[in-house]
Amino acid sequence: MTDQIVGKAPRARRTPLPYLLLIPAVVALAVALGYPLVRQVILSFQDFGLAQQFGKPPEWVGIDNYRDLITDPYLWRVTLRSLVFCLVNAAATMIIGVGLALLMRHMAKGVRLLLQTGLLLAWAMPVVASLTVWQWLFDTQYGVVNYLLTEIGLDYAGHSWLLKPMSFFFVATVIVVWMSVPFVAFTVYAALTQVSEDMEEAAEIDGAGPLQRLRHIVLPSIRPVLLVVGLLQVIWDLRVFTQIYILQQAGGSTRDTNLLGTYIYRLGIGGGKFGMAAAVAIFMLFLTVVLTAPYVRSMLKQEGED
Amino acid sequence: MSRPVSRPLRVTANVIGVIAFVIAAFPVYWMVNSSFLDRNEIRSPVPTWVPFGGDLDNFRTVFEGDQFFNAMKISLMVTLLTIVVALAFAFVAAVALSRFRFRGRMSFIVTLLIIQMIPVEGLFISQYKMLETMDLLNTVVGLSLVYVSLVLPFTIWTLRGFVAGVPYELEEAAMMDGCSRTQAFFRITFPLLAPGLVATGVFGFIQAWNEFTLALVVMTREDQRTLPLWLSTFTDVNRGTDWGGIMAGSTLIAVPVIIFFLIVQGRMVSGLTSGAVKG
Repeated sequence: MTDQIVGKAPRARRTPLPYLLLIPAVVALAVALGYPLVRQVILSFQDFGLAQQFGKPPEWVGIDNYRDLITDPYLWRVTLRSLVFCLVNAAATMIIGVGLALLMRHMAKGVRLLLQTGLLLAWAMPVVASLTVWQWLFDTQYGVVNYLLTEIGLDYAGHSWLLKPMSFFFVATVIVVWMSVPFVAFTVYAALTQVSEDMEEAAEIDGAGPLQRLRHIVLPSIRPVLLVVGLLQVIWDLRVFTQIYILQQAGGSTRDTNLLGTYIYRLGIGGGKFGMAAAVAIFMLFLTVVLTAPYVRSMLKQEGED
Repeated sequence: MSRPVSRPLRVTANVIGVIAFVIAAFPVYWMVNSSFLDRNEIRSPVPTWVPFGGDLDNFRTVFEGDQFFNAMKISLMVTLLTIVVALAFAFVAAVALSRFRFRGRMSFIVTLLIIQMIPVEGLFISQYKMLETMDLLNTVVGLSLVYVSLVLPFTIWTLRGFVAGVPYELEEAAMMDGCSRTQAFFRITFPLLAPGLVATGVFGFIQAWNEFTLALVVMTREDQRTLPLWLSTFTDVNRGTDWGGIMAGSTLIAVPVIIFFLIVQGRMVSGLTSGAVKG
């Protein structure tokens, strides 16, 4: 398909023009991402703390930063926490998003439009604004959530949601999932409208029940979309920062609720240990690659098959 | 899609649809509702569900002092600078990618995809160090520099779809009628791209306008805060005391974004898919 369209364009006059046109973008990306990446690798092998911040030249320490990190049980706690948080959130988002998309096909038109409007609103909310609203909803004294839970007979009057780590992460999960479901639901629903109706009908005539049709026809035909959307969820939920940071500011215990992103921030920008923070950041990049590699491979394979 | 399905399934779908609507929309409603309520209604054991008899006092509180307007000024400058630069860079790159065939084209596209996957949190330490060396911490230019790299890959990707969506035959026809290649491009293709450019620009605008993490890292001084930073500290300081004011601030930030988003959302989806299909 690529060749077809591009093939119509003037070809191979060996003009340098396309390269010239790419220069601004390449330079911008090299300065703002490429250079920091190289510098970060260097930084991660240096002792760069507050003393260096005030002019002392950084000292090469080889793999000391990495050794300190790997032997620090706290890093592994944070890593495990980040992974669990990422997988729980990605899974919950995918299940709810895909579920809603599948159900949308069977809703009355009015209900579907209503739901789509609601999802669009949630999708469009700026992240910081949605965080303030959710904090207000979960407010200890005057929050709606505590009010409703108390109304149905539970003892939630004056319950503080951010105090205990598990409850803190529950609130964070509710917020992250609420913000992420609309994208999944809309993308998957769009893909579902492309599923061949003839095939489904044929399967129905052959006696396949709704669940069988779902498993053997519907899901396989939207597999590529599910893969991409799932990959994005994993990437986004591994790097979640804003939600955790702001909830921590609102009263969570920082040490018990740090994920990789906030850990790097507090180590480096907050604590001035730039060398260590750089090493954690490299570790996080590595983790992203490891987590997404199987996905990417399967996506590339699919491209090859097409 | 309209095949008859069992009645219980339809009823279940509709019930879940309504419940999901309430969960999705209620926080947005609650933000707007609370922004009109005065302190007594906010701090009452029973929530006030509709803002009858509400007033604009909370908004007045937000507008008092110059913090809000200062943050808005910084946000506007950063976002506009980011969008102008990113659109210009992305536009020429998109033309190169969709109108030329050259060595390294595919690898550039793959690189863009990979860059999209890099977590901001994995790089902000060294971006901070870089801006510090360049003396660009706490400056509009510094924040815009990292924002451009943030929105550029996606902008190129989407614009490429829009450029590829304009048939090259149109340009060829104009060239037969005596236009030069450049003239043909700017007279024929460019006007057809305008809606795509606007949509992509607005989308990038929303991204930069809402961004929190990098702003937190780069803008450490209070007088250089962007709107999201201002709002987040508003919660800190007034925690538990002035939810009405906080909701008014949130509403002021969110409503324009929501409106913009609703306008461009449909077009972005079509641009994205044409980008994906037409290579």
